[in-house]
Amino acid sequence: MDASEVARAVTRIAHEILERNKGTQNLALVGIRTGGVYLAHRLVKRMLEIEHVQVPSGDLDITLYRDDLSIRKDQPILRKTTIPFDISDFKIVLVDDVFFTGRTIRAAMDSLMDLGRPAEIQLAVLVDRGHRQLPIRANYIGKNVPTSRDEIVQVFLEEEGEDDRVVILKDSKEPPGGAP
Amino acid sequence: MSLKHKDLTGIASLSADEIMQILETADSFKEVTGREIKKVPALRGKTVVNLFFEPSTRTRTSFELAAKRLSADVINFSPSNSSVVKGETLLDTARNIEAMQADIIVLRHSSAGAAETLARGVKSSVINAGDGWHEHPTQALLDLFTLREKKLELKGLKVAIVGDVAHSRVARSNIYALTKLGADVRVVGPPTMMPACVERLGVKVFYDLDQGLRDVDVIMMLRLQLERQGRALFPTIREYSRLYGLTLERLKIAKPGALVMHPGPINRGVEIAPEIADGFSSVILDQVTNGVAVRMAVLYLLSGGNG
Repeated sequence: MDASEVARAVTRIAHEILERNKGTQNLALVGIRTGGVYLAHRLVKRMLEIEHVQVPSGDLDITLYRDDLSIRKDQPILRKTTIPFDISDFKIVLVDDVFFTGRTIRAAMDSLMDLGRPAEIQLAVLVDRGHRQLPIRANYIGKNVPTSRDEIVQVFLEEEGEDDRVVILKDSKEPPGGAP
Repeated sequence: MSLKHKDLTGIASLSADEIMQILETADSFKEVTGREIKKVPALRGKTVVNLFFEPSTRTRTSFELAAKRLSADVINFSPSNSSVVKGETLLDTARNIEAMQADIIVLRHSSAGAAETLARGVKSSVINAGDGWHEHPTQALLDLFTLREKKLELKGLKVAIVGDVAHSRVARSNIYALTKLGADVRVVGPPTMMPACVERLGVKVFYDLDQGLRDVDVIMMLRLQLERQGRALFPTIREYSRLYGLTLERLKIAKPGALVMHPGPINRGVEIAPEIADGFSSVILDQVTNGVAVRMAVLYLLSGGNG
């Protein structure tokens, strides 16, 4: 995917979210660190242009909810969760860049449940690369990218000082079932 | 990146980067402690043992809360109700605790070096919660965290540590931590309470409080260990208080807006005037609040898996 494809996918997902939720009433976006945070901010901006409403949004760090903390040798770097509103009774759209095993989303949902009681949780992803290990599916998908297990899908975004693009790298060094 | 240590026995063995990593991790945990549900599953299934050979309320409670908020199981062990009174050695006690699959042992002991000895003898991680006059690393870390939270730049910060420096593990850990991060540290106290060659730690020495407080950004008061009176360190509490007690007049010598810290428990009216302890320049209770977040960070960083 190149920059214009990423932009179109974000615009389409923004429209789909608004359509499915019939507007912005009780709607909030939560991006999963790090890529998902940038995408959530882009979606908020796009929705503002479409509906002229600023949808509340927050950043979620799922590190403490990972299922591999006791297996990994080094503790992953912990970043901050910043959700400046009470998520209870909101329809929360989780936003992530790459949808893979589903383990990150499981962690994110558990984390959200500890922060309040959302009315509903939906999932938006830029890339769905398959290989689910949990019964979780996305509501909004930028692009389906068929991959093999040992490939790496890397999303580069402007906010990180890169040109927007999605690339597939061969030969992952991650052991199967490693990264959630 | 992760903390490349099995144990935390002192600040002396940490690099400036490692200290910053702990403080930044603690920042994320501070957010967790502000939630309605102050609990995360990060240390599920791990066991933390608080092994306290000296009385302590604040530190032990703080470690216990920190471990519980990370979903670890916590056991509190104190000598009065344990086999220690039957003559068991520290290492044997710890090995028995380890045999029950404890992952982290938090040790408070009256002998300097106790944590280091224990760390070498057991596979569990050991966190020093104060060993004699040696170190109290988590106290220094929470002090630094509190200063950063108050938006103070540690580099070049002028800090006065006032009181019984010689017998204070809090002073020693803070001197290491602050100087590693580039702060300008001075120690103030009577000559009988100043360790020999303390300048070698990179600090200035003042025996006069009024001179020592000039232009400082932060005043760290140490607790006067009243039980030491009668050991010829100071004649009377009244005289000590008159010469080294922090009063409102003396606070004016420091930079306007200077912060006052104290590791607790405070002796009101001895080393610190009540109006200061309860006043707007005091961050004593912030220190206690931040202690939990900092200890969560240390427990989290030391509890990497074995994979």
